[in-house]
Amino acid sequence: METLLQQLINGLVQGSIYALVALGYTLVYGIMGLINFAHGEVVMIGALVALSVTGALTAAGLPLWLAGALGIAVAILTCMALGWSLERIAYRPLRHAPRLTPLITAIGMSIVLQNLAMMLWGRNYMQFPALFPKAAFSVGGAHFTAVQIIMVLTSAAMMIGLAFLVYRTRLGMAMRATAQNSQVAGLMGVNIDRVVAAAFVIGSALAAVAGVMVGAYYEIAHYQMGFMLGLKAFTAAVLGGIGNLGGAMAGGILLGLIEALGAGYIGDLTGGFLGSHYQDIFAFIVLIAVLVFRPAGLFGEKTGERA
Amino acid sequence: MLELRALDVTYGGIRAVRGASLAVEARETVALVGANGAGKSSTLRAIARLHDAAGGDALFEGRSLLRLPPHALVRAGIALVPEGRGVFPRLTVAENLAMGAYWRSNKPAVAADLDEVHTHFPRLAERAGQLAGTLSGGEQQMLAIGRAMMSRPRLLLLDEPSMGLAPLMVQKIFEVIAALGREGMTILLVEQNARLALEVSQRAYVMESGEITHGGRSSDLLADPRVRAAYLGE
Repeated sequence: METLLQQLINGLVQGSIYALVALGYTLVYGIMGLINFAHGEVVMIGALVALSVTGALTAAGLPLWLAGALGIAVAILTCMALGWSLERIAYRPLRHAPRLTPLITAIGMSIVLQNLAMMLWGRNYMQFPALFPKAAFSVGGAHFTAVQIIMVLTSAAMMIGLAFLVYRTRLGMAMRATAQNSQVAGLMGVNIDRVVAAAFVIGSALAAVAGVMVGAYYEIAHYQMGFMLGLKAFTAAVLGGIGNLGGAMAGGILLGLIEALGAGYIGDLTGGFLGSHYQDIFAFIVLIAVLVFRPAGLFGEKTGERA
Repeated sequence: MLELRALDVTYGGIRAVRGASLAVEARETVALVGANGAGKSSTLRAIARLHDAAGGDALFEGRSLLRLPPHALVRAGIALVPEGRGVFPRLTVAENLAMGAYWRSNKPAVAADLDEVHTHFPRLAERAGQLAGTLSGGEQQMLAIGRAMMSRPRLLLLDEPSMGLAPLMVQKIFEVIAALGREGMTILLVEQNARLALEVSQRAYVMESGEITHGGRSSDLLADPRVRAAYLGE
């Protein structure tokens, strides 16, 4: 019972990160039908920029909280600029190309960004500054920390903010209209290029926040940290129904819970043959199962929905 | 107001429109009639910048449309009601109408236009909160026309507004088109139902295999035995 509660807490924390990153995949897919496989790398860049800026500012004598806040702000702005540039340089010229072309380009951009990060930050694991208080709590035998609470609350706030943007603002209405019929949205005076750019910029800002939180949680950062996270978040987006915002949120949380419960119980279930370090396989079992049995995802509408 | 000069449109190597020239004067309803596949919709789609023209020119108030980005068209004063209606299925009726006024910032004027749309189509007011995808075909056509009106165009392009609708609904839609024409809207109407199109318009052009073969006053075309034989089923 204690293990169960503990795994649920861990799953919720991990899942809220998946959800934030999954939103970036699904926003872009919903509007232009592209899987931006470089999205995980944007998360990584966010973490590393926050690490460097925070490190430099604390070395210059700033208190950690201020250096951390500035580090996060710079990371968000850097990632927004990166997302905008990715779209402008890599994807916009391919807007009317066959769908495989931008997909391969996305994988290429992922490799480029990883190598760029390796050149800038080196190939070693780096200590991420402990940005959040270390206070720990325990309820019913399960333990959780202030960092975990901050992560879940921050993710929730970001998702509420995104929902407000998409469902209550003029830009959000233009984004939804473009996702449903971009030609007609253009006839209404919507500049499609700007809406697509906005989707990249917003998704990248969420990715930066996710990157900082992952770094602060594990207190470690590395040029490859975005790769697996990106794949899992993509799985979460597919699980929820790619293109569907609520689906990405639910898919992220659900995937986090599946992983945590799987890792927690795989040892018992296999008589100790497989240990909790096999937790990564659950995400991909989920991905394959969804693609085989329910390709539109849990909350996705029927295929062919994209006009 | 609108002038096509030897417009060519190709689709995948096929010349769908060949040297089409026509003119629409201010406050006039002009019909473009012809059989299925004659190139009527291709002509309209080229004017609305949904498809690039291969040659010729399309002038609106003396300015070429063909170099404008698609999203600049509505600001220039042109609205298209696309074939198949093109409503946003998962936006509400009210949001669809708001999208029509997307480019406008004068809120009181937009509110006044919304009232006017609701006067023409009371059904849209009743269904304001409903998702557009749940409307019937006729209601979607009303919404598509209402949405175009919300952009306050000086030229309204209508692509096959009768397509797939029940006869009663077709009648209702054409009553509104006629009313808009009487109120002084400039309209270019593409329509397969030649009788309806000729009745509601002052002038018309006939298109056959990508070429405009003749044109004239709609009442004359309605009386022309060749037109009657080819398009009115007589």
